[in-house]
Amino acid sequence: MTKFLQTSIDGLAVGSLYALIALGYTMVYGTLKFINFSHASVFMLGAWFSLGVARLLGWGQAGAEVPIYAALVVLLATMTICGALGFAIERLAYKPLRSAPRLNVLITAIGIAMLIDNTAALEKKAEIAGYTIPIGFGTRPQRMPSLFQDKAVAEIAGVNIQFVDIVVVISAVVLMAGLQLLVFGTKLGAAMRAVSEDTRAAALMGIPVDRVISITFVVGTMLAAAAGFLFAAKYPGLNQPAAANWALLGLKAFVAAVVGGIGNIRGAVVGGILIGMIELFGAAYLFTQLRDVYVFVILIAVLLVRPTGLFPSGAVNKV
Amino acid sequence: MNAFVRRSVPGLVARSFLCLTLALGLIAGCERQSPQSSGGADAAPAPQGDTIKVGHFGTLTGNEATFGQSTDKGVKMAFDEANAEGGINGKKLELISRDTRGRTEDSGSAVTRLIDSDKVVALLGEVASGRSIAGGRVAQAKGIPMISPASTNPDVTAIGDKIFRVCFIDPFQGFVVAKFASENLKVKKVAILYDQSQAYSTGLRKNFVEAFTKMGGTITTEQAYSGGDQDFSAQLTTIRETAPQAIFIPGYYSEVGNIALQAKKLGIHVPMLGGDGWDSAELLQIAGEALEGSFFSNHFSEENPRPEQAAFIERYRAKWSERPDAMAALGYDAAKILVEAMKKAPSLKSDELAAAIAATKDFPGVTGMITIDANRNARKSAVMLEIKGGKLTFAASIDPE
Amino acid sequence: MSEQPRDAWTSTPVIWLRSILPWLVGGVLAFALYRYGMWSESNQGSRLAMPIFHFKILSLIGINAIMAVSLNVVNGYTGQFSLGHVGFMAIGGYVSGAMTYYGSMILWQSTAIHGELFGGGDFLFLGALLCGGLVAALAGYVVGLPSLRLRGDYLAIVTLGFGEIVRLILTLTRPIKKTAEEVSQAGLLSITHNANGSWALDGWMISVGGALGFDGIPKYTNLFWIYLLCFATIIFCYRLKQSVLGKAFVSIREDEVAAEAMGVPTTRYKVLAFVIAAFFGGVGGGLFAHEVGILISPPEMNFLKSVDYVIMVVLGGMGSISGAVLAAIALTILPELLRDLSWIPFLPKALHDVSDYRLIIYALILICVMIMRPQGLMGIKEIWEVRPALWLRAKLARKEKSP
Repeated sequence: MTKFLQTSIDGLAVGSLYALIALGYTMVYGTLKFINFSHASVFMLGAWFSLGVARLLGWGQAGAEVPIYAALVVLLATMTICGALGFAIERLAYKPLRSAPRLNVLITAIGIAMLIDNTAALEKKAEIAGYTIPIGFGTRPQRMPSLFQDKAVAEIAGVNIQFVDIVVVISAVVLMAGLQLLVFGTKLGAAMRAVSEDTRAAALMGIPVDRVISITFVVGTMLAAAAGFLFAAKYPGLNQPAAANWALLGLKAFVAAVVGGIGNIRGAVVGGILIGMIELFGAAYLFTQLRDVYVFVILIAVLLVRPTGLFPSGAVNKV
Repeated sequence: MNAFVRRSVPGLVARSFLCLTLALGLIAGCERQSPQSSGGADAAPAPQGDTIKVGHFGTLTGNEATFGQSTDKGVKMAFDEANAEGGINGKKLELISRDTRGRTEDSGSAVTRLIDSDKVVALLGEVASGRSIAGGRVAQAKGIPMISPASTNPDVTAIGDKIFRVCFIDPFQGFVVAKFASENLKVKKVAILYDQSQAYSTGLRKNFVEAFTKMGGTITTEQAYSGGDQDFSAQLTTIRETAPQAIFIPGYYSEVGNIALQAKKLGIHVPMLGGDGWDSAELLQIAGEALEGSFFSNHFSEENPRPEQAAFIERYRAKWSERPDAMAALGYDAAKILVEAMKKAPSLKSDELAAAIAATKDFPGVTGMITIDANRNARKSAVMLEIKGGKLTFAASIDPE
Repeated sequence: MSEQPRDAWTSTPVIWLRSILPWLVGGVLAFALYRYGMWSESNQGSRLAMPIFHFKILSLIGINAIMAVSLNVVNGYTGQFSLGHVGFMAIGGYVSGAMTYYGSMILWQSTAIHGELFGGGDFLFLGALLCGGLVAALAGYVVGLPSLRLRGDYLAIVTLGFGEIVRLILTLTRPIKKTAEEVSQAGLLSITHNANGSWALDGWMISVGGALGFDGIPKYTNLFWIYLLCFATIIFCYRLKQSVLGKAFVSIREDEVAAEAMGVPTTRYKVLAFVIAAFFGGVGGGLFAHEVGILISPPEMNFLKSVDYVIMVVLGGMGSISGAVLAAIALTILPELLRDLSWIPFLPKALHDVSDYRLIIYALILICVMIMRPQGLMGIKEIWEVRPALWLRAKLARKEKSP
C-alpha cells in the first residue's frame, strides 16, 4: 500500500511538471501549427535562470534566512526573462517562416534549441565596467538553492508528502485554470482561438494576428519557465545545460501533449498526468530500465488507435 | 511556396559560396600537417624534435567535468616540475589536452586526433572506464602507449600490451567496499542502485555482489538508472520496500547527489556506500547534508599522512588554489611514472617506452607505492572515506590480500 | 505503337552495357580510392599522400551520403516526415555487427579480420550487411504500415518514437560473449526459468552489449566498400527517380489527393518508399558499425543523429540526390572546419580558436540557411539541371548539330 501511494504521489508531481510543459507545446501548435522543438530548451533555461536569480539575490545559501516571498520573486523573474526570450525567438526566427514548408520550420526550431543549449553551456565570462558577467552557465551540474522548506508536510500510511510536491501540483492546477480562463473567458483568448482556427479570416476581421501569435508564444514560454523553476525546486541537482536529459523530458512532455490531444488545454494537463503516472508505475512495478519505453509505447498506441488524442481539438481535416 | 521562393537567396550564390568554403577548407586541410593544441596557446607548430608531445584525453566539460579537469591539473603540475628539472634529456615536455566531453564516441576520435594529427608519443587518460576502453582500443591499434590514471574496470588493460593504469582495479575495489560493509559497518543486507549506461558502474556492481555474497551478505535488490537521469523515486521506493541496511551506489558523483537528496526525502536513512566515482568537490556541493554518514572508497585521503603526499598537497594548493582530489593525485602519479619511463627507456619508440612503463617498480607515488604488475595494473591499497560534518574524513584503509 | 528505330544505341547488348556501366565505373573509382588510401597510409611523408585523419572524414562522408540519399527517398521524393532514420541505422548496424562478430566466432573461433579484400571474411561481412539491410527493411514495413495512414506531423512523431524505442530496447540487451565456448553454450536464443522465479533471456542474438555499446566487431569497412555501396545507393536512387515508381512518389509529394484520384495506391507506395529508405539506411548502419574506431552504442543512435540526416536532406534540397550528397559532404566537413578557423583568409588571429563556439556557429548557420534559402541548396533539381549546366548542355548540343 505504501508503495502504491508513494508512486501515485510521485506520478502526480512528475505528471504536473509534464503537464505544464505540454501546455506550452499545445498552445504553440494550436496557433502556429508546428511542433516547437525549442520548447525543451526554454524549460531548461527556466530551471537554470531560477538558479542564477536565486544565487544573484543571495537566497538559499547555507544558513541564510529565506524570506517567504523568495520563491515567488524568483518564479516571476524567471518567467519574465524567458517570456522576453520567447518573444525574441518568435520575432526573429519563426515570423519569417510563417509561410514556409513545415519541415523547414521544424529544422529552424531544432537549430534554435541547439543554439540555446550550447550558449547556456558556455563557460565564458565577460568583463564589463569592472563586473564579471558570466555569459553561460558552464558545463557542470550545480545545486539549486532551496527556496522552500525542505520538510515533509504530512504523513499518510508511511508516505511522506513533501511541501515541494504540493507546490508543484497546486501550481500546475492554478496555471492551467488561469490559462483556461485566458483562452475561454477573455477577448484575447477569443482572438487566439480565432487565429488558430483560420488565420486569414481572423486577419480580415481586424484581429492583429502578429501580436496575438507573439502573445501566444510568450505565454507558452512563460509556462515552460514556470515548469523549469518547479523542476529545479523538486530536483535541486541540475544537469548541465547541454545535457541530453532536458531534451528527453521535453520529448516526454510532448508525448503528453499528443496523447491528450494536441491543441487542447485540458488534454495537455490530463495527458501530462497520465504520462507521469504511467512512467512511474511502470518503473516501480514493472522493469525500471524500460521507464522511457513505456512513454513512447503509449505514444505509438495512441497515435495508431486514436490519433487525435483523448480530447480532440475538433479541427476539420479538409479533403 | 512560390511567393516564398522569390525572396530567397539565388541558387547560384548559395552554391558558389558552398563550393568556395569547401575548396578553402580542403586546401587548408591538405596543407596542414602540424598539430593543433586546444585552449589558448598560439597554434604555431614547433619543429619536430624540440619538444616531446604527450596527449591527455579527458572529460574536461560535461557532467563529470571535475574528473578531466582535476587530472589535467595534476598532469600539468607534474610536467611543469619535470620541465623545470631539465625535461627528458634536454627536451621539454609538451601536453596536448583534448576533451571527450563525457561521451564515449568522442573518446575514440579524441585519441585518433592526438595520435594522427598531433603526433603524440604517449597518452594519459581517461578517468571513466568506458571512455578509457574506447580510447584504449584506438591507442592499442595504433601502437601508442597509454596510461590511465583512474580507470578501475579490468577491461581497460585487457585491451593490449600498450595500455597501463596506475590505480587499483574494480575486483579489488568491490572487495574493499564489501569488506568494509560487512566488517566495519556490520551490515548483512545491502541494496544496489547502479548506472546501467557506464561500464564502470556495471562492473563494480558485479564485483561487489561477488565479494559481498562470499562474505555472507545478501543483496536485497538491484535497481538501475541511466547516466543523466534526475528522477530516482521509482527505484528508491522499491529499494525502501526491501528494507536494506545500506545502499551501494557505484555511480558517478553527478547523479549520486540527486539520489542522496531524493533518498532522504523518501525517508531512507540508512548509510550509503560508493566507489571512487564519488570523488569530486562538487559531490558535497550538490548533496549537502543528505550524504552525512555515507562512505566511499577512494585512492587517497588527505588525512593519511605520508611525506610525499603532504608535500604534493602543499604544492598543488600553491599552484591551483584548491585542494587536490584523487583524480588530480592519480594524474600526477601517472604523469610522473611516464616521465620516469621516458628517462629510462633507450628511445621513445612505442615498444621500448611500453617496456619501460611495464618495468615500473616501487615508485613512490602520492597515492601509494606503485608497482606495475604483469597485467599492467597497479597493486595498491584503498581507503574508505566517511562524509562527516560536510567534509571527507578518513575511515579505514584496506590493503590487497 | 511504332517500332523503335534500331541503331547501335538501342541494341540489346549495348543496353545491358549501359545498365551496368555506372556500377563498373563506381567500382573502379572506389577501388582506386581504396588503393590510394592504402598507399597513403604507408607513405605518409610524401606530398601526394593524404593525412590519415582525412581518411576518417572520407569514410564518414561516404556513410553519411548513403544515409542522406536513402532518407531522401522517403523525405524528399515522397514528401513524408521521417524523423526516425537512426532507428534503421541502429538496427542495420547491430544486426550486421552481431552476424559478423558471432559468425566469426562460430566459423573461425576468433574475431580477428579473416582474409584480405574479397577473402572469406569479406563475404561474411557482405552477407551481414545484406541481412542488416533486410531486417531494417522489415522494421520499416512494420513501422510504416500502420503509421503511414497518419498526416504529416503525426508521422513525424511516430517515427521519432520508433527511433527512441529502438535505442531504449538496445540498452537492455545482454553483454557480449567474449569466448567461443560462451557462444556455443548460449545458443541462438534461449529462455530459461531461474530458481527465484524470474525469467532470463539469453542467446547470442541478443548479446550485443547493452548500454555499453557493441565492442569488438571485426572492422571490415574500408574505403572500397563504403564508396562501392555509396555509388550503388546513388545509382539505385537515381534510377528510382527516373522510373514510373519514382514519378508516383513525387506525385504523392506534390498532391496526395490528386494522386489517389489518379489511381496511385498512395499508402502502399508510401510504405514502399519507407521500406527502401530503411534498407539502405540499414546498410549504411552496417558500414558504420564495422568502421575502424567507431563503437556503436545506443546513446549515440539518438534523435539528434536522425536530425542530422534530416538536415542534410533539407539543406541539400528535398528530392535532389546531388543535393543530398553535397549536403552530406558539407555537413560532415563543417564541424571539422569549425574546429580551427585558420583557413579563412584575412581572419584576425584572435578569432582562430572557436572550439567552444563550434556548435553555436553550426546552429546559427543552420538557422540562417533555413530562413534565407528554405528550398535547400539544389531545390528539387539535380546538379546537371541547374541553369549554368543547362546552358552548357545546350551549347554542346548546338555544337553537335552544326555541320
